[in-house]
Amino acid sequence: MNDSLTKNSVGIVKPEKLHFNNSLELKSGRVLPAFDLIFETYGELNASKSNAILVCHALSGDHHAAGFHSSEDKKAGWWDACIGPGKAIDTNVFFVVCPNNLGGCAGSTGPAVINPETGNFFGPDFPVVTVSDWVNSQAMLADKLRISKWAAVIGGSLGGMQVLRWAISYPERLHSAICIAAAPKLSAQNIAFNEVARQSITNDPDFCDGRYLEKGTYPKRGLTLARMVGHITYLSDNAMRAKFGKTVSDFEKEGDNFGRDLRDGKLSFGFNVDFEVESYLHYQGERFSKNFDANTYLLMTKALDYFDPSSDFNGDLSKAFSVSNCKFLLVSFSTDWRFPPERSREIVNALLKTRKEVSYLEIEADQGHDAFLMPIPRYTSALKSYLYRLQDEIENNAP
Amino acid sequence: MRPDLEIIQKWIEPKSRVLDLGCGDGALLTLLKKNKRVDSIGLEIDAANIQHCIKNGVNVIEQNLDKGLSNFETDSFDTVVLTQTLQALSSPDKLIEEMLRIGKRGIVTFPNFGNWRSRIYLASKGRMPISKFMPYQWYNTPNIHFCTVKDFDELCANKKIKVLTRMVVDAKHKRNLGIGILPNLLGETAIYHLTRKKKRN
Repeated sequence: MNDSLTKNSVGIVKPEKLHFNNSLELKSGRVLPAFDLIFETYGELNASKSNAILVCHALSGDHHAAGFHSSEDKKAGWWDACIGPGKAIDTNVFFVVCPNNLGGCAGSTGPAVINPETGNFFGPDFPVVTVSDWVNSQAMLADKLRISKWAAVIGGSLGGMQVLRWAISYPERLHSAICIAAAPKLSAQNIAFNEVARQSITNDPDFCDGRYLEKGTYPKRGLTLARMVGHITYLSDNAMRAKFGKTVSDFEKEGDNFGRDLRDGKLSFGFNVDFEVESYLHYQGERFSKNFDANTYLLMTKALDYFDPSSDFNGDLSKAFSVSNCKFLLVSFSTDWRFPPERSREIVNALLKTRKEVSYLEIEADQGHDAFLMPIPRYTSALKSYLYRLQDEIENNAP
Repeated sequence: MRPDLEIIQKWIEPKSRVLDLGCGDGALLTLLKKNKRVDSIGLEIDAANIQHCIKNGVNVIEQNLDKGLSNFETDSFDTVVLTQTLQALSSPDKLIEEMLRIGKRGIVTFPNFGNWRSRIYLASKGRMPISKFMPYQWYNTPNIHFCTVKDFDELCANKKIKVLTRMVVDAKHKRNLGIGILPNLLGETAIYHLTRKKKRN
């Protein structure tokens, strides 16, 4: 943590954990008899409890969305660019809650914690959880925090899917749904990438049928590979060219080298790492594999694959939204090819069809899917203005 | 208040559904929300305008009118509005048809190219008219489909569109006796209230 990073930061934050004794019936039919949710909060809940915002995390995210865990902490929370005093989600105005989802590996009940019934890690025995299950557990958390209606539920990517599910499952419990860089359901291409990731994990000999923690190991190679594949889908071609195209090599003396920076300045004529992009992916994948649980990765990708709120309505997404009672803001990014603008427009059109209040922004951005995490001025000012306006409306319409 | 917005406002029913094509900074919809409590959506492509709409609490969708309106359902709005944008569209005729498919009624305003100033400019200088209201050169103007009041009347006739009201006004959006007699020559802005002639089957 350094001074420049702490400017407009929520500062040092401490996660909280709540235990839920009430059982949670999951979409799969299985039941979690009890569970824990770990979460962080930023800002102050006002007296009328009308300024609460729920932030939902994406595939590899967790409850640590903003600020730092200690003064030595070098890395801020995953959405620190947008959450803090004076930022897009202004903690001077709003009380922000961000939980780690069930099945996660950052402190909420999931495959990497001990199953009290067996005394052993849940591991592969942890039930498959869906976006609906997460939203149900988040509603239970809202009950405990005595928040009857969120000012906004916000999330990007898989987080955006939770936002949509909130608007459908709990229409009276949110004023607005802010869904960023998401899709109404995964395409075959999306599912294909997820399956490659799952196969690389489950085929790693160290996966041990998911019982690697009992054996004191983890599927490092498989998880690294899964993250490498995933990471590519988060970036745009242009973003990669820019990131790995900084030097002028012997081969392309003039201008753009298409992101083909060499690691050692020359080709090896072997099967080693030649290009910077390769070394970057290895590094990112390996780092991820040390900090993330492989079973959680499998669960998260399944939650993505299974998400389809239209499935209860013969594939008609607008019918799924017909019960919704909140305002919607959708945002997409021009170079996002994982969940491109067309996918957000599908949601917008379904909302229009069922006559909901909806706004939609298509932000020009070079960063691909990852753009939703970045402080892109047009994006953050729109988010900030929308939320300020919303808070004014809530305060003025309050009975 | 922009005088054309004041005229349009009179044609909007309270609590009706309004779609504003090219809604700009949301001025019309803000007005209609306040005075008529309408349920509204605006379409816009300019980033600064969209930001204004968000700030003003106007529902705005980033959508290019030239790519069509097929995502809007038939008869899903009471009124579809198109102010001062007709001349900048690639297919204004198709968009007018779409407006009256989506809405029961349409309101269209455009600068009248048949105005005497344009005529004299072209006749005397032999060059494309440039004015305070049309400050562009022919090669960089966004206004690619100018028309006159007479042209638009003919389009409505051809497309079996019923003109409920036609107001042709001067630069200050006022009517006078002269414009009443010679609208295409003296009027600067045309404001049309339209509907379909026949009910769709």
